[in-house]
Amino acid sequence: MSLLLIVILPFLGALLPAVLIRSGRGMAAAGAGLATAAALAGVLAHLPRVFAGEAVVARLDWLPALGLSASFRLDGLAALFAILILGIGLLILFYARYYLAKADPAGRFFTYLMLFQGAMLGIVLSDNILLLLIFWELTSLSSFLLIGYWSHRPDARAGAVMALVVTATGGLVMIAGMLVLGGIAGSYEISQIVKAGPAIRDSGLYPLALGLILLGAFTKSAQFPFHFWLPRAMAAPTPVSAYLHSATMVKAGVFLLARLWPALSGTPEWFYVVTTVGLVTMLWGASVALFRTDLKALLAYSTVSHLGLIVMLLGFGSKAAALAAVFHVLNHASFKAALFLSAGIIEHETGTRDIDRLGGLRRLMPLTFALATLAALSMAGVPLLNGFLSKEMMLEEAAHTTYLGGVWVLAALTTLGALISAGYSFRLIVLTFLGQEREDYPTKPHDPAIGLWLAPALLVAVVVVVGLFPALARPLVAAAAGAVVGADMSGVVLKIWHGLTPALAMSAIALAGGALLLTQARRLQWAGVALARLSAPAVYAAIMTGAEAGARRLSAALHDGAMARSLAALVLVALAAGGWAFASAGLGPETRAMLPVPPVVAVGWLALIVASLWLPFLHRDRLLALVLIGIIGLMVSIGFIYLSAPDLALTQITVEVVTVVLMLLALNFLPKQSIAEPFALRARDAGLASAAGLGVGALIYALMRRDFAAPTISAYHVENAYSGGGGTNIVNVILVDFRGYDTFGEIIVLGIAALVIFALADVMLRRPALRRLIAWTPDQPRAGDAHPLMLVVTTRLVLPVALMVGVYIFLRGHNAPGGGFVAGLVVSIALVMQYMASGLAWAEARLRFDYHALIGAGVLIAGLTGIGAWFAGRPFLTSAFGYVTLPPLEKFELATAMAFDLGVFLTVVGAVMLALASLSRLSHRAHHDERKRGETG
Amino acid sequence: MNHWIIAPVVLPALLAPLLVLLARHDLRAQRLLSGAGTVLFAALAGVLLAQSSSGEIGVYRLGNWPAPFGIALVVDRLAALMLGLTAALALAVLAHVLGTGWDARGRHFHALFQFQLMGLAGAFLTGDAFNLFVFFEVMLIASYGLMIHGGGRARLRAGVQYVVMNLAGSVLFLFALGTIYAVTGTLNMADLAVRAAAIPASDAALLRVGAVLLLLVFAIKAALVPLQFWLPATYANAPGPVAALFAILTKVGVYAILRLFTLGFGPSSAASDIGGTLLLPAAGVTLLIGMTGVLGARDLGRMAAFSVIGSIGTMMLGVAVFTPAATGAALFYLIHSTLVAGALFLTADLVRGQRGSLSLAPGPRFASHGLLAAVFFVVAIGVAGMPPLPGFLGKLMILDAVRAVPGGWAIWAAILIGSLMAVAGLARAGAAVFWETTPEEAAAPSQPLALAGVAGLLTVLVGLSLAAGPVSAWLNAAAASLYAPAPYIAAVLAGGAG
Repeated sequence: MSLLLIVILPFLGALLPAVLIRSGRGMAAAGAGLATAAALAGVLAHLPRVFAGEAVVARLDWLPALGLSASFRLDGLAALFAILILGIGLLILFYARYYLAKADPAGRFFTYLMLFQGAMLGIVLSDNILLLLIFWELTSLSSFLLIGYWSHRPDARAGAVMALVVTATGGLVMIAGMLVLGGIAGSYEISQIVKAGPAIRDSGLYPLALGLILLGAFTKSAQFPFHFWLPRAMAAPTPVSAYLHSATMVKAGVFLLARLWPALSGTPEWFYVVTTVGLVTMLWGASVALFRTDLKALLAYSTVSHLGLIVMLLGFGSKAAALAAVFHVLNHASFKAALFLSAGIIEHETGTRDIDRLGGLRRLMPLTFALATLAALSMAGVPLLNGFLSKEMMLEEAAHTTYLGGVWVLAALTTLGALISAGYSFRLIVLTFLGQEREDYPTKPHDPAIGLWLAPALLVAVVVVVGLFPALARPLVAAAAGAVVGADMSGVVLKIWHGLTPALAMSAIALAGGALLLTQARRLQWAGVALARLSAPAVYAAIMTGAEAGARRLSAALHDGAMARSLAALVLVALAAGGWAFASAGLGPETRAMLPVPPVVAVGWLALIVASLWLPFLHRDRLLALVLIGIIGLMVSIGFIYLSAPDLALTQITVEVVTVVLMLLALNFLPKQSIAEPFALRARDAGLASAAGLGVGALIYALMRRDFAAPTISAYHVENAYSGGGGTNIVNVILVDFRGYDTFGEIIVLGIAALVIFALADVMLRRPALRRLIAWTPDQPRAGDAHPLMLVVTTRLVLPVALMVGVYIFLRGHNAPGGGFVAGLVVSIALVMQYMASGLAWAEARLRFDYHALIGAGVLIAGLTGIGAWFAGRPFLTSAFGYVTLPPLEKFELATAMAFDLGVFLTVVGAVMLALASLSRLSHRAHHDERKRGETG
Repeated sequence: MNHWIIAPVVLPALLAPLLVLLARHDLRAQRLLSGAGTVLFAALAGVLLAQSSSGEIGVYRLGNWPAPFGIALVVDRLAALMLGLTAALALAVLAHVLGTGWDARGRHFHALFQFQLMGLAGAFLTGDAFNLFVFFEVMLIASYGLMIHGGGRARLRAGVQYVVMNLAGSVLFLFALGTIYAVTGTLNMADLAVRAAAIPASDAALLRVGAVLLLLVFAIKAALVPLQFWLPATYANAPGPVAALFAILTKVGVYAILRLFTLGFGPSSAASDIGGTLLLPAAGVTLLIGMTGVLGARDLGRMAAFSVIGSIGTMMLGVAVFTPAATGAALFYLIHSTLVAGALFLTADLVRGQRGSLSLAPGPRFASHGLLAAVFFVVAIGVAGMPPLPGFLGKLMILDAVRAVPGGWAIWAAILIGSLMAVAGLARAGAAVFWETTPEEAAAPSQPLALAGVAGLLTVLVGLSLAAGPVSAWLNAAAASLYAPAPYIAAVLAGGAG
């Protein structure tokens, strides 16, 4: 079976429970189990080749630019882990089928479990460290789901988040480490990296890569001081604890250390960091485990301790130690999973897993007693069980390894570790099963049905068989160890009796000491209390809540919606960045002389400045501010005229009128005074505004005193306006022809703006905003006569004239100042005046076309004119023009540009009128209700 | 003449007024037309993607005027990519809107939606700096209309901030264009590249001012710190599907920076250092500020908004080093983060519709609880940049591409720390919304469960993961051609009329 298929099988299996759960949880478990069994069979089928020292490989290119490939490799180490993952996975699925309560959503559980299984399998089979990273993160994610499976429990939620955050931190750090490592090795393929070992260890980046990768591995394998998430993860259902948190996931870090052992180990850095962390973790975990009363917590800390042991062995850097490490992986997985499953049985049958409330279960649950005791004795390192074998090898290696200048340091400390380990193992057996039977078990205990005991029984069978006949495990362990150290280890012998070695003595001391420890447990309570106080979770919690609260405060304070801050930031940044950009390069000489300033111009300039300066002082009075803005606009228009830009002036002045009218209408609904700011704020804003104004002024001055660096494109426009565009008004030809596309965009902007105003007004006329609108009362007295006669008469008289002017401006636009835009504005103003003078009802009764339609038609006409060019085989908006003579008229020009301009005209009229009508509707509605209230009240 | 190039602009530009003219009282007709139009839009984007994949630069001279005198549209791989991304997102958003009935909660949704598409297409396709301004205006006003769709006090208030800040940006845009025109005498970007390169450093002060102002305009659009203040409230208060569509709007800023600072102010101009110098620190801070917001948010909508800021920071770190490899990586991440941000906003909208609130406080169990939890989990994985969604690969590529850059370690630190903050924030949010439930009954869902949009986006994302190899090769080619702009410039300025 291809490795690719083996890796994918669990993921496919993850889909099955979701589908099969409708046929019952048995079917769901069977579906998941089938996929697992198939994958296991696939792995087993490759074993002969693996035992022969070959590696099975499969490879697909994935992201070659990065060096990421889907390459998988099954060698001894991978095979050992794969068998653990799939074999124990199978048992766990079977156990969980009977373990989960009726109320638990079992389909989801099996799906999560299979996702995890696939991710874990991916880690051990990856031959590419980037691919490994991907599966690594997937195990973090799937374990998050599994730990939080009982999501109604606060400890499950907190434990899940904690496990995710800690392992994700490690994962992220490891990303950096892997990238550095790949950079040194020149490849991300593990088989290449392993070959580049000497080069990696000689590289200056080696300490960095090592540190980062170790951090990742240590967080995952719960090494001190990152161990604290593991006991918290025990909030997960027990099958999960047995699977992830003893047999597989927590061994991912160990696996990685073993996988990269040939590349990274053998240096003093490796030796001291890995050995020390492993040693400390072993002692720490064991010490804490000694005082735990929750069975699962005890087992969790013992797991921490045993992981430390394996890590320490890998740290030694010797082949024999690596062999011991690999062997202990297998042994620990079997006895610890059996213990977890037994703990699950005990909790399931007695309703508690607190050993203070247990005891005396020996007779009530004889089968469970037998299984748990065998497993625990193996954990204690009692001979004839598999735990003894690997511990013996560990002690032997420790006794020969020089640490901190002496051989005895490690020998003493590892013996101490083994001693405590024996102590808590004995304590587990004694307090749970021995002693008096109690009357107050939460539920009456009895042995479970086969569904629950079969899985631990099979695991215990492994414990015993390997313990008695270690040679049976030899091929697998030797192949795995060989894969770790990169040498042929098939010559190794695993046996029970090594003769009278130092290790045997140490082992004896540990077991005797462990028994002694059990009797002295009460006297040591103070140590347990002291250890409990050194609580890493508290540190984690403090960091997390601190970070969250800090983040909340910072981001809330920054993003409180203050508009002044965001504008101030913009102005400041623009000034600073502009100043920097300006100062960091040379400025060419001024090439243009100053123009003379005639007195009239000076007066206009002064008026502009005075009006601008006044505005900040008077801006609280909104009406006055509007007047000042009007003055400024007017002066700008005059400036355009003075600078020979009549088109701009016309446009500016008409836009000014329309804007002021619309703003007046809007002002009707607003307070007439804006809120006063404190002086300091005003001073700050004044400073910023002045700086911005001066900055812009300086920029413009600098620009106007210099010629263009290159000839501008406008010369072309001047030359071609008539010959190519058919018009003598260059500005208009630019608008409708050279850059007609811009104009097309701009009329659409105008049209959208009107639609938005309409939509906004429409929302205001719906509930619940309508209530506010109806409740609104004008804050100023109304004019006695809403429609003064003089105004009415004048506007009605002016209307036809204004319309004619509009048409005139429109028609002459192509050759003289004017055009569709200005004409549209002029006509709009004439119509707006009717509204103002005669009121909404009167005007709407007579203007019976829909402004929406006007906008739509305008944009459509402009767009269709552009498309028309396609039929002549020309690009969008290509103009055509010709001259016609129609007696009795003079010869005149017809240009497609005029149709385009008509579109502009219609859109402008439609947009202005729609905006006006929308605002009027609001006003009318409010006014109407006000009058009604007046009548009824 | 290849009219395909203009078609993505003209189609929505004509469809929208048609909707206003003929179908403004008939929602069903609007839906039909808008849906058909968007599908067609996607097809057009597909055509341009296919055409540009060969590396050919398509030029469309509007009004048949030769560049640089008229306006030219230019489509290269990058432009086609952005267009395709827009179309993909738009389809998903529209599916969601039709499914949930968001379009019935105000007027003119579909017309504004089409105008928005037109603005986006115009901005991506134009080869003219002033024309870019025009389409920025189209986008701004249409997006404002969409943002306040349906009304409501908080939404209108946030809308004011959005429109004011962006109008300030428009003013700055005009200053920038005025400056650039006053120095170089041109507005065509390819022509600008030629002319800017000819200006010596001893005379480049004003050109640099123009470049820097332009950069700030785009930085506002992209919401780079310290110009990001407007974004959280805007995105969090916009209707869900509109916020999802807005995921592409910030990328317009990224696109424009990439375009202008590889072309007009490219390596041969005296303003070439500006992009890198200012963007790199800004991008790093943006990433961290965004993820700080994710970590500290009290509600899922704001969390989503901050995640957009964070993702902009991440991709900008890739852009700001201005190398082909980093740009290719940033583009990969851009695709991912746009689609996943859209998916997050759509998911949040579905949750709001069922749960009634997005607050990260315990709430009732609601209908489709498990389904939405699963969807959120997948989307959150994407937002945090975890595998198997493609954000992880994008991040790896960015990290890989910046390793040789001076100060690259700081980029690594920012990206990794930012990722961690995102993971922590999202895990907390998911646990709060989906795991921690109160016993009371949820109110009846306020809108139907419309999964098509989210499902479509997630499908594309998974596909992107699987096809990462060919996609990234394509993107690297797109990036490489940005740093070798000679064919682009030649294509635009070639020929004269015709």
